[in-house]
Parts: sequence; C-alpha cells; structure tokens
Amino acid sequence: MTDEQSARQIAQDVAARKRSAESVVANALDRLHAADNAYQLLVALDADGTLARARDVDRRIAAGQRIGPLAGVPVAIKDNICTSFLPTTCASRILDGFRPPYDAHVVEKLRAAGAVIVAKTNLDEFAMGSSTENSALRPTRNPWDPQRVPGGSSGGSAVAVAARAVPIALGSDTGGSIRQPASLCGVCGLKPTYGRVSRYGLVAFASSLDQVGPFATDVHDLALVLSVIAGHDARDSTAVDEPLPDYAAELDRPPGKLRIGRVREHFAEGLDPPVAAAVDAAFETFRSLGAEIVDLSLPHAPYAVACYYLICTAEASSNLARYDGVHYGYRTPRPADYVDVYAASRAEGFGPEVKRRIMLGTFALSSGYHDAYYLRALRVRTLIKNDFLGAFRSCDLILGPTTPTAAFRLGEKTEDPLAMYLADIYTVSANLAGIPALSIPCGFTPDGLPIGMQLAGPLFAEARLLQAAAAYQSRTTWHTRAPASNRS
Amino acid sequence: MSNLTIRPIIGMETHVQLATRTKMFCGCPVEFGAEPNSRVCPVCLGLPGALPVINRRAVDLAIRMGLALNCRIATFSKWDRKSYYYPDLPKNYQISQYDLPIAAEGHFELPPRDAGEPRRVRIRRAHLEEDAGKNLHEGLDHTRVDLNRAGTPLLEIVTEPDLASADEAFAFASELQRLAVWLGVSEGVMQKGQMRFEPNVNVAITFGGVEYRTPIAEIKNLNSFRAIRNAIAYEIDRQVGEWRRDHDYTLEKCGKLNLGWDDDRGVTEFQRSKEEAHDYRYFPDPDLVPVTISAEQIDAIRSEIGELPLARQERLRMQLALTDVDAATLTADRATSDLLAAAIAVGGDPKTLCKQFISFWSAQANARSTTIAGLGVSAPRLAELANLTRDGTISATAAATVAQKMLDVPAAPREIAAAAGLLQVRDEAATREWVEQAVAANPQAVRDAKENPRKRQAAAGFLRGQVMKISGGKANPKLVGELIERRLAEP
Ligand SMILES: [Zn+2]
Repeated sequence: MTDEQSARQIAQDVAARKRSAESVVANALDRLHAADNAYQLLVALDADGTLARARDVDRRIAAGQRIGPLAGVPVAIKDNICTSFLPTTCASRILDGFRPPYDAHVVEKLRAAGAVIVAKTNLDEFAMGSSTENSALRPTRNPWDPQRVPGGSSGGSAVAVAARAVPIALGSDTGGSIRQPASLCGVCGLKPTYGRVSRYGLVAFASSLDQVGPFATDVHDLALVLSVIAGHDARDSTAVDEPLPDYAAELDRPPGKLRIGRVREHFAEGLDPPVAAAVDAAFETFRSLGAEIVDLSLPHAPYAVACYYLICTAEASSNLARYDGVHYGYRTPRPADYVDVYAASRAEGFGPEVKRRIMLGTFALSSGYHDAYYLRALRVRTLIKNDFLGAFRSCDLILGPTTPTAAFRLGEKTEDPLAMYLADIYTVSANLAGIPALSIPCGFTPDGLPIGMQLAGPLFAEARLLQAAAAYQSRTTWHTRAPASNRS
Repeated sequence: MSNLTIRPIIGMETHVQLATRTKMFCGCPVEFGAEPNSRVCPVCLGLPGALPVINRRAVDLAIRMGLALNCRIATFSKWDRKSYYYPDLPKNYQISQYDLPIAAEGHFELPPRDAGEPRRVRIRRAHLEEDAGKNLHEGLDHTRVDLNRAGTPLLEIVTEPDLASADEAFAFASELQRLAVWLGVSEGVMQKGQMRFEPNVNVAITFGGVEYRTPIAEIKNLNSFRAIRNAIAYEIDRQVGEWRRDHDYTLEKCGKLNLGWDDDRGVTEFQRSKEEAHDYRYFPDPDLVPVTISAEQIDAIRSEIGELPLARQERLRMQLALTDVDAATLTADRATSDLLAAAIAVGGDPKTLCKQFISFWSAQANARSTTIAGLGVSAPRLAELANLTRDGTISATAAATVAQKMLDVPAAPREIAAAAGLLQVRDEAATREWVEQAVAANPQAVRDAKENPRKRQAAAGFLRGQVMKISGGKANPKLVGELIERRLAEP
C-alpha cells in the first residue's frame, strides 16, 4: 500500500478537504466488491447507506465541526461486532438476518472519530475456528493463494486489509483470531490487553478471553486505531480504567534498549523451517537495533492449547445458550413441541464446530467433571500467567512465530479438529494470560506465502510493543508487500 | 398408636425483591404492571454482545439485610451462572451467587409465644440474583413472554430447617417481611410478588422407638402469609397420612419432591419433577468482576440500621405497659413508629398517643390504604391532639372527629376543635342543664340507680353517656360524673 492509502494519510487529507470522505469510501466499496468476488470475504455491505454516512462526515467537516483522527477512513468490521445499521450474524444461520438495536462500543468510538464503517466481514461461525472455513455462508480465500485459507477466525477482516480494499479492519481475538489470520495474510494485527478495549457489543464466544483489536498494513495505523477504540467503558465491568496513552504519538519515541525474550518451547517440534528461519532473522534485526536477546522458558506452554480449549468451550457453552429460537434469530419452522423449539432450532441453526464446542464445554462444566476439567484448567491458566510474570522479569518483550506454518490449503484440516486447534499453539497463551500481543509480517516461504512473527508484552505494555514493532518496520519492508493482483 | 409422636421440620427459602430504582445488571426501571416488554434493554433481553453491570445499591441493601439477620458479610463475593432453559430466562442462565454468597451464617429470633422462650431460626445464607421474566400462558398451545421483570434484583434468604410448625413458619415469614420493609430493603408488597416464600417441609415421626422421616417437600412460590400457614399445615397432615398408610413413605426411599399450592382447593399438588435430574452447571460469570466489600463499608451500613422492629416493640411494651398486640401495631412500620417517637419527643403524652394511634389514626390509615405516617400529619400536631385529650380540653369522642378533620384542614387541632364547637365546656350551669335534660328523659334509669344497688353503676354510666350525647361531646366527662352523682343523691 502506498502511503497515501494509509489510514493516517486519508484522515489528514479528508480533514483538510483535499479528498472527500465520499470519494475515499466509494473507492473502498469498489475494491471491496472486487476483493469479495475473488476471495469471498464479506457478510454484509450496504453501499447506499455507507455512502450516505460518508457524506455525513463530509458535511460535518464542511460545517467546521471538530472531526476525529479517522476522518473519512473506511473500516471493515468482523461480523461478530454489533452494528445497528448492518446485520450482525456471526456467520451463523442462528443469527440469520439479526440486526442489533445498538452499536458496539468500538463502533461508537470509530464513528465518533470520523471513520466510515463500510462492511461486515466473514468469520468462522461465532469466531470458532482458525481458517474461516466454519462460516455458515462460505469460506474466505487467501489473497496470496486463493487455494489456501486466510486463517481465522477473523479471516474476512484480514483479507480486506491484505487485499488493500480498506486500510484498517477490526477483528476479535479469543485464542489468536486476529494474530493468526494477520500472519497468514501478511498484515499487522493486534490483540490488546484483556480489558483495554470494551467488549460491549462484541458477541461473546469466551468472555474471559475475547478482545477486540485492529488489522492494518503497518504499525502506525494499528496504533492510530488502538488510540481510538481503547479506554474505559462503564458498560463492560471487565474493561480496565487505566490511563490511555496516545499510542500514535508514542511511536515517535525510540523504544530504548530492549531485552527481547526467545522462548525455548516456541522452537520445538512442529515449527516449519521457513517460519523458524524468518523469525531467527527477525531476532538478528532486533539485535542490530541494539536489543539484547534473552533465552527463556515458559514451562507450562505445552499445556496452553488443552487449557484454552477447556476454558473457551466451557464459557462458550453458556454464552451460546441464549440462541434458542425463542427470543430472536432462527427458529425451527415446525417444532414438535415446546422442548423441540430449543432442540431443533439449535440443531438446525448451529454448524458442526459450534456444536462440538458447546458439547465439549457442557461436558467440562457438568457435575462430576467440573472439578477434573474446568477447575483444573483454571489452575493451569494461573500457572501460565505466572510463567509470563516470571519471564517479564528478565525481558521486556517476547518474540516468536505467530503460527507454526504459513497458510494451509482449504479443506486440509477440516476433517481433523485437533490439527486445526494446533494452529493456535503460539497464540492462545496471550489470551490465557490476558497480555497484549501483535503479529507483523517478517518474511515469505519459498512458495511466496507470508510469514508472521508475534511480539508479546506485559499487561498494558501496548506502547512498548508498538514501538518495537515500528522500529522493526523501519528496518524492513515485508509489510509493504501486497499480493500480486492487489498492488496499487 | 399411643406412642406415636410427630415433629414437623420446616425450612424457608424467601425471595425478597430489593427496593432499587433500577434492575440488578442494567439501568431499566423496576416497575410493576407496565406494558409488557416496555421496561427492557439489550442487557436484560440477553441480546448478543450486551454485558451486565452490577447495581451497587442492591449490594448495599443485601448487606443491610444480612447484618439485620446477624449474618457474616463476605468481604469477597462473586457471581455465578446457573444454567437452565426456560422461555422467561432470556440468556438461559441466571446470574446468581453459588459458593460465595454475600451473607451467611446468621440467625433471627422470633418473639416468644405464650410466655415461652424466644425461638432462634438460623440463617444459612443470603445471596443476590436476578429475577426471571414472566410466561403468560394463553390457551394450550400459546405462551407469550413478558421480560419487564427479568433482571429485577432479588435477595434469596435460606434458613436452616429450624421452624417447628405452620404457625411458626407464618410468624417467621411475617417478621421477615416486617424487617425487610422496616429496613427499606424491600417494599415487601406480597400482592406484587415482592416477597415469595418456598417452605421445605417434612416430618420426623417416632413410633415404636424408631424415628421415620418423611420425604422433604418444597412448596413453590407462596405469596401470602395465610397460604404459607395453610400449605404447611396441609402438607404436614398429608405426609403423616401417607406414612400411616405406608411406613416406607420416607426421605430415604422417596427422596425430595416439588409441590405447588392450590389456594382455591386448599391442597398441595405434585409438579413436574424436573429438578431431580437437573445439573445447573454453575461456574463464575466471566462478564462480572468479584465484589469486594471493605470493613468500613460494612460498618457504615451497620450504623444506618438502628433499632430493629422486634427490639422496639419490646421496648415500647415495657416502657408504656402495652399489650403485645398493641406494641406490634405501633411498630408495624418504621415511619409510623418513628413518628410516634417524634410525637413523644415533642412532649406528647405517650399513653394517649399510643391509644390514639391504635384507635382512630390506624382506622384513618386503613381507610386510605396507607400507614399512619403516610397520612402526613406532623408529630407536633399529633402530640397536641393527644395532650388536648389528656387534659380534658376535648373528649376522646371529639378527638376522633378532630383527627378526621385534621386530614383535610391544615390547622392546629385546637383551632379545629374550637371551630367545630368541640372544646369541652367546664361551665357548671350549662352542664347541670344537660344533666337535668337527661334525667327528665330517662326516668327508668333514675329509678334503677336510686332503688336498685345492683343496677346503680350501670344506670349512672348510661346517664353519663346520655349527657355526653346531648352536649354533642362538649361536656367535660369528669364534671358530668360529679353532677350526676350529686343529682342521684338527691331524694
Ligand atoms: Zn434492562
């Protein structure tokens, strides 16, 4: 992406009336249309309504109103984030056509900052998956190779940015759902600290792990969006009332002398050699930037995936109980009786992966199994948190691969849920510990597929993370590469 | 069967609707009888993406009630999800408190009856939770759901099985209601379902040296004190009857059961035994943070509580030599009881005030469906009226008339009495005139008084009444008595 298509440049131009929000948004709609034809990334788009909202931004500017830092910037939103002006379906049949009566906190914040929400993007149903193949609509394809998956669950948002249709998009990350597709699509994605961004209006998958975050082509735009969407919200009791730095301004400060942790367990079995090589090269880049590399261990990392899948399924089984055919959403057309309204609506409304997780979670919480599974998983979670606390005493950030491999082929893992779950092996720990983590491009495989690296930091250390990532991007050009058919 | 003894074992679960303006986890108003589904928002509708936020006021009220029940208040308390599917429960889980209730291990002393000992009822726990909505069944195949009530804050209070009879359960329930209303914890209106009771009942039967225990029956959702007494009494009889027919009718062999109460037919009925296989799959609600309560916060709430109704009732009974019933009437609600205290504090005569509260003031309050405090008469005016009566400035009969007028006319009692001509006349000439009229009109009474010593007192009393009547209540009763005695002593 050329600099003129970055979110910050668009906002500057629109605010200065060099470009109109309407023209920027019209252009984005055209690109989204083309990208959707090629990669099937959209769930909902309303061109007329969107253009009207863009003209509204132009009117506010013309009237001399103070406009925010995202004036006229087109943003795509994962379809599990509530919008009152576009349906919100979570790519599930059970919420087919559902339109929330309210906007999510992050949507309010974006709109108040002048952004124009242009579309809702595809995802694995209820954010459950790592390939966007679990969408009830259709799978989304990777712009670097349409025979491959874009990752998931926020696959549609990652592709919208990777295909240069929009400069920024929002996703949600419960176990890697922003970072893993960012890695597979060659873009930047950030999962903030748990509680940094309000979850109000994010349709819950696993409430203690879910966090909204941005996709962008570079770290500057990530920082810009984070400054807009982060902050306290009284409607989310788990949102933390911490001072909010101006992340974009923080980027201009050098990160200082960094100690970067290299986790032994990240370079064990299962890591693809090209990925390992790209990440090793990134360590060298940081060394050349003056960083000290610290070898360390996260001893409970091998248990993270098991722990994660017990906790997220337990919470999901409860969070998804409300989709019952009684109050809203899909209802079976001819229920046999009152119980069948529930049973048949849910059987027909949910896809196989969602059902699998509801059953796993229900089992993990059942009396007789609750202590052996759910409670034990909570204890392991505490151990994993403590691992990170210990690690961050000897380093400032942890660097490693985001995923063990680059993008895999469509259908390659759909028959093997466990293999699919292992795509999250490096990302779930940050959600269990609540810490911030981002993925940025750091190389390509011999086949030309992007490789991502993950930087994780202590709680609320987003500024430090973004500084380090910006320093890396000042020395490298991986993030500037776009898939062949989308270069602008 | 002469060596058969039965001992009822009764515990009580009470749902108390807290007197908050808004719901437990959202800002919707708590309002009874509104248009269905008009007091709802994304949170209490359980819409996707909506999140609960704790109503701190509900937590404070729960602590207040817990302290009044002598409970230990948890300094760390959390929220749990209780899962079950029901149309009136929009999320299909209820936010409740499972293993860390806000209050636990308390007790409540019921006043002694018939010169017995006070009865201590142990409180096992009290926890906060949200109410469900209402299913409105329309015919056999149609149900509509009203979610106005969904999310209303409830405090569930659970006792140990320490109640020994239907009467005792009745007394406990009504005392608990008085306490909750007294403390401002609940409006406590039974008709609106603001207090709902679920007694657990079984019976220990000793026969032939062996103790049998009948199955524990939980009687669901009773919302009148009379229903509590009748349902428990019926259930005790029913269980003993079942056991007489079949000695295997025991807890070990038959387990627990859920019953409903049919108030019209006066019988308990079995309900679908869905509870048996129910696994609520409790787990901590990840949308809410735990509640931490400081010692200072508990102390601050404790300092607001003041004297509790039973203590005040006992104090009034002792200080003013009242009957139990009168003392209870005077402490039925806190505002009225406080008003009485205020009227005494400004110099009102305590005995006369009590008498007037119990007689015409409570009649006026009942007629207007309010409490005495709700009548809006100030303490100084109540005191003035009492003292006018005590001093003989107006008669007791006239006081009732003045009281009635005080509710319409914003004037002092003395002015009202004067305007209505109700100030007592101490004028001996006028009074003698009224006595003569009474004597002339009732020769038989005069004869009885003079000639029949056994009828003398009654006849004199009758004549005094006649004089008061002729005077229109203005005559001074003491003077009337003297003049009648004098007149009857004449030959
Ligand atoms: Zn509400």
